[in-house]
Amino acid sequence: MPQVTDRSGSAARAQYSSELPAEPVRYAPGEQVRVRLTAPLGHIRTPYYIRGCNGTIERLCGAFPNPEELAQQRSGLPAQPLYRVRFLQKDVWPAYRGSPADVIEVEIFQHWLEPA
Amino acid sequence: MSKREDLGKYEPLSYFQLMEVSLRELLVEKGVVSEQAVRTALEDVRGRTPERGARVVARAWCDPEYKARLLENGTRAVESLGLDVPALKLVVVENTPQVHNVIVCTLCSCYPRMLLGIPPEWYKSRNYRSRVVREPRSVLAEFGTKIAKRVQIRVHDSTADMRYLVLPMRPKGTERWSEERLASLVTRDCMIGVSLPKRPR
Repeated sequence: MPQVTDRSGSAARAQYSSELPAEPVRYAPGEQVRVRLTAPLGHIRTPYYIRGCNGTIERLCGAFPNPEELAQQRSGLPAQPLYRVRFLQKDVWPAYRGSPADVIEVEIFQHWLEPA
Repeated sequence: MSKREDLGKYEPLSYFQLMEVSLRELLVEKGVVSEQAVRTALEDVRGRTPERGARVVARAWCDPEYKARLLENGTRAVESLGLDVPALKLVVVENTPQVHNVIVCTLCSCYPRMLLGIPPEWYKSRNYRSRVVREPRSVLAEFGTKIAKRVQIRVHDSTADMRYLVLPMRPKGTERWSEERLASLVTRDCMIGVSLPKRPR
């Protein structure tokens, strides 16, 4: 059951807060999300293997300048909320042979997530 | 003429060594950095060893209140031990009888250098990076670490701004040990999650 999203007080709820101007926080821990399935060019910190996968927000890490913008010598602002997202291994790798409870956690910027 | 055996073995510089020397000399020549600044930075890098991480783990084993703070905000907790960790955003993940954690960076070689120093070669290898995310149990077994199937494996891919440290479980039979002695059990590989602290005999 996903928790109710709290769209306020993002900095206070993040593990690491910063003073940078940031995008509003869209997801709360426990919420189900999907990683966007797309392949833009550039310096992307979302690994290919996790694109298109469904997972659960584990925590909000904070908001950080967008690395895709930083790589183009721009400011990366407003900062993007960064989440740890937890995925079941069996959902990521159809042939996964470990325990069905095994998980993988990946840091994903908000603009790579959509509601599941 | 007799062959000199005392000269050592000299090999030409590798591609990356040559690049480092050229770049460093150019930067010094142009006044961007000084030789002194380069030397100081190298000393800082060499001074960061896994003993720093081991100190943090040993403290968490001895002090439940410290452990709680470490899991809540890793950076603040390691700084409270007097460790200087510039720019580190630390997430500490705890091994329990139910959960085993292991760290990787599939995109490059992100690593908590401020606490563990320079990452080992295998951590940066394509083999480790591509396999530990999809077959963690086999990779761990290759390190001699067999994890029971009832234990959940959590792989942490450090793809962005956080850096991860595994807090291993304190081995049985160490109940009366001092913090310093406990720290001696905590190896680099335990804090990456590919190994477990050895039980004392």
